[in-house]
Amino acid sequence: MRRVAVIGGGHTRFVTHSPNTSLELLAEASMDAIANSNISPKDIQAINCGNVLGEFTDGQGMIQSYLADDIGCNHVPATRFEGACATGTIAVRDAAIQVAAGVYDIMLVAGVEKATAMDTPLATRTFAMFSDSRYENPAGFTFPAVFAMLCHLYASHYDIPLETLKEQMAQVSVQSHYYGARNPNAQFQKELTVEKVLNGPMVTTPLQLMDCCPFTDGAAAVILASEEMARKLTDTPVWIAGTGQASSGHLASQSRYLPRIRARELSVKQAYKMAGIGPEDVDICELHDCFSIASIIAAESLGFAEFGKAGQLWETGETKIDGKIPINISGGLKSKGHPIGATGVSQVYEVSRQLRGDLADQGRQVDGAKVGLVDTLGGDGVIVNLVLKRD
Amino acid sequence: MKYKIDFQTYSDALKTNRLLGLKCTSCGAVTCPPKMVCQECAGTEQETIELSGKGEIKTFTTTYIASLGRQVEVPYTVIMVALEEGPWISGNLNEMDPKKVTMDIIGRKVTLGHKVFPGDLYSSNEAARPVFSFC
Ligand SMILES: [Zn+2]
Repeated sequence: MRRVAVIGGGHTRFVTHSPNTSLELLAEASMDAIANSNISPKDIQAINCGNVLGEFTDGQGMIQSYLADDIGCNHVPATRFEGACATGTIAVRDAAIQVAAGVYDIMLVAGVEKATAMDTPLATRTFAMFSDSRYENPAGFTFPAVFAMLCHLYASHYDIPLETLKEQMAQVSVQSHYYGARNPNAQFQKELTVEKVLNGPMVTTPLQLMDCCPFTDGAAAVILASEEMARKLTDTPVWIAGTGQASSGHLASQSRYLPRIRARELSVKQAYKMAGIGPEDVDICELHDCFSIASIIAAESLGFAEFGKAGQLWETGETKIDGKIPINISGGLKSKGHPIGATGVSQVYEVSRQLRGDLADQGRQVDGAKVGLVDTLGGDGVIVNLVLKRD
Repeated sequence: MKYKIDFQTYSDALKTNRLLGLKCTSCGAVTCPPKMVCQECAGTEQETIELSGKGEIKTFTTTYIASLGRQVEVPYTVIMVALEEGPWISGNLNEMDPKKVTMDIIGRKVTLGHKVFPGDLYSSNEAARPVFSFC
């Protein structure tokens, strides 16, 4: 297999109520990615596109083909991916495999969502489609409800008083907003306090509004290239050194492992093994913080803390820019936003910029970061992990 | 290959408060709700069984923000129950004011009943769902 690099990226600002269509957001991010990779649309040999809810948000299916046409990648193979919130990362991983296998030398991966085109009840309904339609949705499952149940289970399983856990979870949201306030692409560029998190309206016990990521409009794109092409096009390639992906069934079917997410442990193990690293080698991580408790559960599966103890990472500041394991220095899904088809691509974009050292101006650069980890969760079942490295 | 218990069969049985599952003739594991194959060993030799419908609450949430069409139901409590036979299933909790539900209900013994979700614009059929009461 050939080495594969991220050679450039593009990113719209993540917002509430974008005036643009999903296709326009996708094309904007894609053209920015093409321009800053020093290539032109005719150099793109194939497109992987992430979009989950285009039929609901724009009345638009088959967006990948319109993207290819709109940006002048005429007639190239364009494929749409769906893996709920992990959609974008699945699209990146698949492109990496295709370039590594020698099928293509240069691919565009672009993801988009325009979730705020839906009102909250419809958006909640569509997100609930990532639970089991037979055995979960009839009971009134919403996505926050899944993580709320994991949260109570976590407190009970590890015997942590709920108040203590809630304080740690509030710290997760506060940190996300601290960095989001410094990210010009973030949806919420405003700091939070623990008090504000703990006084927010209840969504589904014990998760309050500021424990939950928002609905978001936005797009992100990256260009992947073979080593030979990457060496010609950039002095700062970021290598996709390891990838992993795993699936699982509905939440109750995972009972043997809960509150641990078995699929994540399997996925990240593949990615670490392929990259020849362990969690101790990771300098910067973007993980799937759809809910504050999700960050804590993820950090443990990824190997950054003992099971039942990851809340302490945020409590003690170890997840900050100068901590033991900087996490979500972009603001994460909570503050940067979560346009689900774009989220994974945005994470790859963000980690690539960290590894290239591009973020000093924003006060968000992790000094000397060489190894990054991307972690994206779709529903409670699909997981993708990518290890990125610079020379 | 046909499902031994498809969703329609499961749902129809649940409407009479009977909980159907599958017992694997290879490894003995019980799969509930049913799947095509055994939850534990992916075996295809399974027999249909009726579970007791009794179990213990493992976790819960009381939901205040519902999906489209379900807003009239809030607040409602969703729970996960570990059945006596081993598997966990999801359902709702009856009998208690959802606003008063706390972590104290974890570990409480419950028994199965049901309600029917009539379906919405995006579901293919109506669906019976477990609704549990305290024993
Ligand atoms: Zn079996």
